[in-house]
Amino acid sequence: MKKLSVGTLLYYVLVAVVLVICLFPFLYTIGSSLKRGNELFTTSLWPAHPSLGNYATLFHDQPFGAYLLNSVLVSGGAVVLSLLVSVLAAYALGRVPFRGRGVLMMCILGVSMFPQVAILSGLFELVRWLGLYDRLGALVLTDLIFTLPFTIWVLVTFMRELPKELEEAALMDGVGVFTLIFRIFMPLLLPALAATSLLAFIGAWNEFLFALTFTISPEQRTVPVAMSMISGASSFELPWGTIMAASVIVTVPLIFLVLACQRQIVSGLTAGAVKG
Amino acid sequence: MSSESLSLHGRARRRPADAAEPVSSLLRQRRRQAWLLVLPALLVLAAIAGWPLLRTIWFSLTNAQLADLTQSQFVGLDNYIGENGVMRDPAWWSAVANTLEFSVVSVTLETLLGLGVAILLNTPSRVRSLLRAAVLVPWAIPTIVSAKMWSWMLNDQYGVINVILQQLGLIDHPLAFIADPDLAFPTIILVDVWKTTPFMALLMLAALQMVPSDCYEAARIDGVPRWRVFRHITLPLILPGVLVAMVFRALDALRVFDLIYVMTSNSRLTKSMSIYVREQLVDFQQVGFGSASAIVLFLLISMFTLGYMVFSRRRMQGV
Repeated sequence: MKKLSVGTLLYYVLVAVVLVICLFPFLYTIGSSLKRGNELFTTSLWPAHPSLGNYATLFHDQPFGAYLLNSVLVSGGAVVLSLLVSVLAAYALGRVPFRGRGVLMMCILGVSMFPQVAILSGLFELVRWLGLYDRLGALVLTDLIFTLPFTIWVLVTFMRELPKELEEAALMDGVGVFTLIFRIFMPLLLPALAATSLLAFIGAWNEFLFALTFTISPEQRTVPVAMSMISGASSFELPWGTIMAASVIVTVPLIFLVLACQRQIVSGLTAGAVKG
Repeated sequence: MSSESLSLHGRARRRPADAAEPVSSLLRQRRRQAWLLVLPALLVLAAIAGWPLLRTIWFSLTNAQLADLTQSQFVGLDNYIGENGVMRDPAWWSAVANTLEFSVVSVTLETLLGLGVAILLNTPSRVRSLLRAAVLVPWAIPTIVSAKMWSWMLNDQYGVINVILQQLGLIDHPLAFIADPDLAFPTIILVDVWKTTPFMALLMLAALQMVPSDCYEAARIDGVPRWRVFRHITLPLILPGVLVAMVFRALDALRVFDLIYVMTSNSRLTKSMSIYVREQLVDFQQVGFGSASAIVLFLLISMFTLGYMVFSRRRMQGV
């Protein structure tokens, strides 16, 4: 039998601590979302009488389904538009040597780095001018500010990794650039595209500042804004059960997606770092 | 999230020696084509980022109101340094101080804890994949959700954290984590640390995995104690990666908005720069003044970024 060293013991204790800190809050949230009435004010992790009442309230008393749909439309729209534009740009930036490439990359990075609130008034004017104020289109458009630079940067990294021979052979055969990008590179990039879209989707799904500022009517709310506005009869009677139910609904799909793609996410990060 | 992961890809090296090839007509044609392919992306970014930035600078020199942006007068630098300018508003400077404090403390804690978690993740064991999956959970949870979750758990009357602390005998009466002016700010920082440390840990794990294993081999054969291996081999090797991760995290922290907005709303004690700017622009409708504060915020963050770039360039030259 292997002797348990102090180091190993310490390792497992620390792992246990990290596991509890990471997982307990969300488990407690799930537990709370299943508690009704006075049970909510007991602090047991799991209710004695689990009930889906909070979930029913959420969809019954307010259009939470519509909020979810709004969020899906906005995030999906932003991701699709970003990918269309960024695949072309990433091919050029990643595979064609031309002057000014480095400067362009830095500018694109700069856009994603600067504080979004700094251009809020300019965006407000733009959104109004386009007639998009209080419409989901405003959010699709403004979310591109961070999804587009992100997808360009990540796809450039992946584009660089594709074998040069493939491109040379294709160019020899006189294949057009769109065929090269969409018929030859795209299939090879599918896993990368999936991971990139997922990360961009999460970014847009969580976006709060623009959604709070550019929409006003309840029908146009996305989930984060709707969640921040769930309120009770008074500020001292927040419907915590409903809020917890909303938290679970919004988060569970994301956690499943992230865990399903964790290999791509983690290895994508690692690949990026190794080349640094 | 999006900005953080850029840091790693941002460091990808460009393929060298492209320029050495003779410029054939084919290559020239490909270069022209490349510009056309980049053009849509550049146009979109110019329209939704460049143009609004220019307009914000213009608005900051006027007395525009949100209700009607077309009716405004040029007021010069009044919004900046005038009698009621942003530079003379104590509330602005308190927002600046709050934001800096938030950024410094949270990034420091996230770096230290992230490094710890990364070392755990880098240790081969049977529970490693479980640990990695668990660490991804706080990261996957939207900020608004984590703000709400923690507000509930930290509730002064029914919160589970107060019950746990009381049972452990650490406190004798429930604490009002969010309402108490002394506790609100540390609480916000803790929630941010909980949510963001996992991502720092993943970035640092990537850096740790770059350290060639023969370095460790050699040290082990020579019987060098483990902490000295860490101090003299691992740390210097991962430092550049850690620094980049810290800078990108700091840029994110400097624009903190949603977490504070949801947890303490407009409380002056915890107001950040972003919250101040949006309050002026939207709640008070002062587009001129709000734009001026937005531009100051923009300049502060640009200075930080430039400072880092100069610093890192000098460091690279020094080595």
